Amino acid sequence: MRTPKKLLAWTVGSAAVIGVVGILSARLSPAMAAGGARPLAGPFTIADAIFWGVAALTVGGAAAVALSRNIVYSALGLLAALLGVAGLYVFLSADFVAVAQVMIYIGGVLILVLFAIMLTNRIGEVNISNASMGWASGGLLSAVMLALVLVVAFEVPWNVRPSGGNPTTAPIGHALLQQWLLPFELASLILLCTLIGAIIIARKEIRAE
Amino acid sequence: MIPTLSHYLAVAAVLFTLGLFTVLTRRNAVAILMGVELMLNGANLNLVAFNKFVVGGLTGQTFALFVVVLAAAEAAVGLAIVLSIFHTFKTIDVRAADLMRE
Repeated sequence: MRTPKKLLAWTVGSAAVIGVVGILSARLSPAMAAGGARPLAGPFTIADAIFWGVAALTVGGAAAVALSRNIVYSALGLLAALLGVAGLYVFLSADFVAVAQVMIYIGGVLILVLFAIMLTNRIGEVNISNASMGWASGGLLSAVMLALVLVVAFEVPWNVRPSGGNPTTAPIGHALLQQWLLPFELASLILLCTLIGAIIIARKEIRAE
Repeated sequence: MIPTLSHYLAVAAVLFTLGLFTVLTRRNAVAILMGVELMLNGANLNLVAFNKFVVGGLTGQTFALFVVVLAAAEAAVGLAIVLSIFHTFKTIDVRAADLMRE
């Protein structure tokens, strides 16, 4: 039974990644470089612990998607990553986007993905579920990309200004029906086209001989 | 320590990179679609974080909602194409799909 060991490995791995990111952020954040306010010296509240837990859930789930040998485990990792992103939206006081994330991604897209896995994956055939090539080049490109984006994230002096955490559902509804009415209607049209197109593409051809 | 903008950007960067790695290294079409979903989520997290910390207002969140809608549409059509490929070629290895007609 290797599953508990694997679970432990994933937990340790995601914790390690979060730790590296945290240390990097503490080392590189502009406030620290300016010798000003202490990013690491503040009180570690429960909210901070929840934030780091949610971030670890997100990163661990994404790592499971990227590295897992079995595609069903990849789908479960996708579930964890999407849940973690929804939690981060809650931290960013984007309540409507968080609920939409849970309903559309977890309730819709993830179920679609699971259906596709069950319909296409022959369970006995392991080699097709994890076939991967170019780990070296892919990993190298991803590492360069990660370093680039992290440097941008931590080095650029973003013009941060405080903003309150007001409820956003009602203002988003007003914005969608006033300022963004045309994109809103276009999105509904795209969804209709998607519905028809997906049915036409995926249906079974019944040939009348 | 209160999570700052950079923390959210870092999480989004890791998410995007892992999605990129998935897309680059997998041959399973469904796994590639999962990687695309991860990348879209990373970009969305950036949008919402910038909306809260830099821009203010609701534009970023509204744009994130449109991205979610288009991602759902992309997943539906993409998985339909995967099913069609599977019916035609009896595999979802993306290297096998090299014919326009069967």
